[in-house]
Parts: sequence; C-alpha cells; structure tokens
Amino acid sequence: MDKTWNNKAWFLVLPVLLLVGFSAVIPLMTVVNYSVQDTFGNNVFFWAGLSWFEQVLNSSRFHDALVRNLVFSLTILAIEIPLGIFIALNMPRKGWGVPVCLVLMALPLLIPWNVVGTIWQVFGRVDIGLLGRTLAAMGIDYNYATNPVAAWVTVVVMDVWHWTSLVVLLCYAGLVSIPDAYYQAAKIDGASRWSVFRYIQLPKMHRVLLIAVLLRFMDSFMIYTEPFVVTGGGPGSTTTFLSIDLVKMAIGQFDLGPAAAMSIIYFLIILLLSWIFYTVMTNYDARR
Amino acid sequence: MNFSWMAWTMPTAIFFVSIFALIAAMGVWEYLRPGGDPRIGVLRFETTRGDRLFISLLGSAFINLAWLGLVDANLWWSLALSGVYAVLVFRYV
Repeated sequence: MDKTWNNKAWFLVLPVLLLVGFSAVIPLMTVVNYSVQDTFGNNVFFWAGLSWFEQVLNSSRFHDALVRNLVFSLTILAIEIPLGIFIALNMPRKGWGVPVCLVLMALPLLIPWNVVGTIWQVFGRVDIGLLGRTLAAMGIDYNYATNPVAAWVTVVVMDVWHWTSLVVLLCYAGLVSIPDAYYQAAKIDGASRWSVFRYIQLPKMHRVLLIAVLLRFMDSFMIYTEPFVVTGGGPGSTTTFLSIDLVKMAIGQFDLGPAAAMSIIYFLIILLLSWIFYTVMTNYDARR
Repeated sequence: MNFSWMAWTMPTAIFFVSIFALIAAMGVWEYLRPGGDPRIGVLRFETTRGDRLFISLLGSAFINLAWLGLVDANLWWSLALSGVYAVLVFRYV
C-alpha cells in the first residue's frame, strides 16, 4: 500500500514550534549574540569577536570542570546501572510487596533537587548530622566541607540515593514484560541463574537500560542543584562541575561574554553525546 | 518591538540567516524530491538528508572549535574545511 502524504498535518506542529521558538531558539540566539560581545550592563555591548571562545577553550578552569563532570557522570553510571539491575532483579513480582517496593522506589524521585541537597547537607554534617557524627565517632576523617574525597563521596552517594530508583523502575518495567513461557523454557532446559539473566532478562531489559543510561548520563552531565547546595562547588573547586562553574561565571562574576561562549561549547558537547546515544539506541533496535 | 536586549550583531545575524536558509533549502529539496533519500553510508546506519545536514552542522561546529583552540591560523580556513567536510558527509554518509 502506498504511503499517504499529507503535508497539511505539519500545521498541527506549529504550536510546538512556537513554544520551542520562544523557550529555546530565541534564548539560544541571544546567548550566541552575547558570546561575541562584552557588556558592563544597561544593554550596552562591545564587539569581542571570538576571543571569549579562545579564552574558554584554552582555560584550565573549563578543562578541569569538564573532566570533573565526565568523571562524575561515569562514576554514577558505573554504580547506578548495576545496582539498579540488581535491585530490580530482587524485587517481588507478585503480592503485597510489589506496591510497597514501587512506592519506596518512587519516593526519592519525588523529592525536589534542592531538598535532596539540603537533606544530605544536614545528614553529612559532622556536628549535627547522623552520617557525619557516626563516621566521626568511628574515627573516620569525614568532613565534606574541608576534605575533597569526602565531598566527592557525598555528592556521588547523594546522586546514587536520588536516582538509582529511576534505573530500578525502568529495569523492573522491562522485567515484568517478560512472559512466563520464557522462564518455563529455561527451566526445562536446565538453564543456570546466570544464563537466565544473560540470555532472557538482559536482552529484554536492553532498551530500557539504554534509555536509563541516556537519561542518567545527560542529567548527571547537567547536574547543578544538589552539589551546589551541599558543597557549593568546594572545597576549593573540587566539586565545581560545568554548570556550577557556568553560573559562577555568568551571575557571580557577571562575565556574560565568556559565560555565553562556555554555554555554547557545553551545549555542543551535550548535543554530540545525545546524538551518539540516540543513534546507537535507534540503530541497535533497527538491527534487531 | 524592541530587540536590543538580544544584542544582535551583523555577523551573528548572517550566521543565523545562513542556518535558516539551509533549513529552508532542505524543505524545498524535500518538496521536489520527497522521502528524505534514506541510505546506508560509511557509518553503517541509515541516514536521511536531514540527518546528513545535522551531522554536517554539528561536525562543522567542532571543526571550528578545534581550529580555534588548537590552530593559530585564520578561521576562514576552518570554514572552508567545514564546507569540504559537509560535501563529504552528503556524498558518503
């Protein structure tokens, strides 16, 4: 059957185009305009050419924040994905345990980012926090305000606490969609627990796992609120990720030109990574 | 309507007009030859004309950024290199 071509349907997309135009395209154009100029306020701008781009590309501050962000994203992925799969595999599939587990898993996702940051900021404090005081009583040198390792551990554990549930729920959705017949066939063949995971559960979870990796990578690459509330980017600049650095530059220092140039480079990196993930995901499905 | 808050300059206006002109040209091309011309090229996955434009623009942005950060030469050269890259993408990807 021939495909029906009706280009009038494109008019239905117009409201979305208008919305994207006002909320994304016009602000992005403004950022591009700012990135080639300098300003001291009052809508007065001076042409700066591409000097801000050169400055950002050659700045160790930007390189360090980028590396920190990549290390952070890869670390949380290395923890959250296996942990999420493990918890999903061990969640009940029938009975009263199902709603209890689902609600418990959904709870961290419902808490706003700044509240999560505040919870962990208080939780980790050495003077009043449960975690901080307990670790101090055990003789462990833990102080996220002065110790870079403690700050990193706090930020990573906080993200794992906040977002592993998302991976769990996605994996669980993939697991419950597997018909019982698959497990019965595996049982008849005498398949081991590992073989059931490797050849039945993992392939069925593959698509949701790719979505989980994409979501978690992009979200962690843009992380701002939680580490900002807990550590403020410190001690020193050890937890200053790209978005924190960007806000410091744009709002703290009012360096709108360099901040705009950094925003564009940051945006291009995210666009490239998203495209790679999207292409891998869609082509893997097409090949299957 | 006052757009001074957008801080327009002639070079950035030319940049955006070029991008929109490219997208409009793709629309005309699609109107003349509908279907998006899907094919599997050197990247071993299916791309349409729109995909190839996106790959060209994104790649060009990184070529120009790399040139700016690593090479101490006029940026017109990297623009020319981006043009060559776009032609190769449309021919082989």
